[in-house]
Amino acid sequence: MNASIQVPWQAEVVSRVQETPSVFTLGLRLDDPAAPAPYRFAPGQFNMLYLYGVGEVPISVVSDPEHDDEIQHTVRAVGRVTHGLAALHPGDQLGLRGPFGRGWPLEAAVGRDLLLVTGGLGCAPVVSVINYAMQRRERFGRLGIVQGVKHMDDLIWRERYEAWAGQPDTQVQLAADVAGSGWNWHVGLVTDLFDRLGMPLDQALVMLCGPEPMMIAAIRRLLELGVEAESVWLSMERNMQCAVGLCGHCQYGKDFLCRQGPVFNYPDIRDRLGVKGF
Amino acid sequence: MATGGASPGWRGFLPREAFDTLLRALEAAGYECIGPRVEDGAILYRGLSAGSDLPQGVEEAQAPGHYRLQHTDTPRCFAWAVGPQAIKPHLFTPREALWETERDADGRLTFRPVEPGPRPLAIIGVRACDLAALALQDQHFLRAGNADPYYAHRREGLFLVAVNCTHPAATCFCVSTGDGPQAGDDCDLALDELDEGYAVRAASSKGETIVQQLPLQALTEAQQAQIGREREAARSAQQRTMPAGNLRDHLFNAWEHPRWAQVAERCLSCGNCTSVCPTCFCHQQVDVPTLDGGNATHYREWDSCFTQNHSYIHGITLRPDTRSRYRQWLTHKLGSWHDQYGRSGCVGCGRCITWCPVGIDITEEVSALLAEAGK
Repeated sequence: MNASIQVPWQAEVVSRVQETPSVFTLGLRLDDPAAPAPYRFAPGQFNMLYLYGVGEVPISVVSDPEHDDEIQHTVRAVGRVTHGLAALHPGDQLGLRGPFGRGWPLEAAVGRDLLLVTGGLGCAPVVSVINYAMQRRERFGRLGIVQGVKHMDDLIWRERYEAWAGQPDTQVQLAADVAGSGWNWHVGLVTDLFDRLGMPLDQALVMLCGPEPMMIAAIRRLLELGVEAESVWLSMERNMQCAVGLCGHCQYGKDFLCRQGPVFNYPDIRDRLGVKGF
Repeated sequence: MATGGASPGWRGFLPREAFDTLLRALEAAGYECIGPRVEDGAILYRGLSAGSDLPQGVEEAQAPGHYRLQHTDTPRCFAWAVGPQAIKPHLFTPREALWETERDADGRLTFRPVEPGPRPLAIIGVRACDLAALALQDQHFLRAGNADPYYAHRREGLFLVAVNCTHPAATCFCVSTGDGPQAGDDCDLALDELDEGYAVRAASSKGETIVQQLPLQALTEAQQAQIGREREAARSAQQRTMPAGNLRDHLFNAWEHPRWAQVAERCLSCGNCTSVCPTCFCHQQVDVPTLDGGNATHYREWDSCFTQNHSYIHGITLRPDTRSRYRQWLTHKLGSWHDQYGRSGCVGCGRCITWCPVGIDITEEVSALLAEAGK
């Protein structure tokens, strides 16, 4: 019986970074003899992380796909499993199975301008692409990076954004709905930022991740600015338990997010996006 | 799928008193036989060691929210339509251990898959609607290149003895979905029951091997005519219908229809319909550690889109009310299934009507949704 896809491998925490009071990044190393070596994934794909005695959660991979000594996951402590994962430290063990789902269209992105849009705390899947593009800068055209948060304190990796802003052919715009002192970026919505990028968008390939209302508003504005609908890709979220298209929780119209997604081309889900209860 | 007017292909007649030869032949071929038995006031598929275990003389009365067995003088053992479950729980089990984790004193983890035991089953007395549902579950769990090993293991060894339905319940509507009441060739043996025994047809090579071991008699012309009449009667007796064709666009166009809120006022969101539905496949995963902290078993268990947890993501329940959950169930089963599995997820067995505690009737709800949605 081949149950491998449904049974985790042993993994060990090799690093842990507290990003904000509730967000942390775990670096993992597979130490299961049955695990593939090297472990390969595509940015935008996710793993199921298993906490002993509690259960599993789907978490996207943020590290570089060719950097295989540490598989990094950025997690927000919000539920039973993620609160437990937050208590893990280097040397602790957990289970990992994956990668699952369809990642970002990085082949199609070669040679094109990229616009990477994230909102709220759901930024990890897109940050994996930013890291990927920064490491392979020559493959892509101009790079636009747009990130919006509700409160300025919700922004993680501000130093990274500010460092990316200093790179050639790279535009970074950040926004917070609520900001206090020390915020020298825009106060307002993500949708305000596209005009401020100072780069043409009509030829760009766009990748978005974040709350659905933010993505819908952003796409509406981007289409007005001449972005082609077929050039828009977004990462969706639903309850996932099996990650192999069987358990039914992530069913989204004709798709199961864990198989046909979580990254979708906008025209494929346009009719469903934002429909309440879907 | 029912074959309608195709040649019946009967191999002969098995007298009722010789029914046990079928069980013995299946046992000799290595199968554990299960079939309908009366338990807890319902017909359930349990271990079968003799024909006398069958529900002889039992008929049933089904109506929305109503199921009662009645004892009659009929010598027949299959004078009923469908109990609450048939094949589904024997392949896609209500609870399945997927893996075990061992944790040593240093917190090191070892994972071990749990292998389903070798248990080739012969299920006796399945209905055409159940076979149609099985074909759908096969599509879901045996997807090419990515088959679920737990389901596949049980499915591989399965032997199916269909018994054509002669007593459809008031809740049945398999004629309108095209799934019954007569079994096609997606089984191993197909029987038609008469008062004195069974007409037997082999539908597979496995079935052929078993048929050759049975003390069959010639099937008389009178018996054949009787079977024909009963088959026709079973078709024409059905009172309910599901609108034909792909309802996806009609249902999605009715997304904001007031009927969803009306049905939600009656629906208890209990999940009975999804439990008895032979095609519903949703399941959740749970981890159960032992008290000493040294082991945990990871299970999958039947879940329902009527629960609060089904649509939970990071602190949000996407379908917080009964209205959105009933709509999810219906638009998936009768709508998105066409895109995912090439047909509707409803096979007309009527179980969700019978076992709904408040008697919500899926055919009535669909009619109401379509009527005002302009179909």
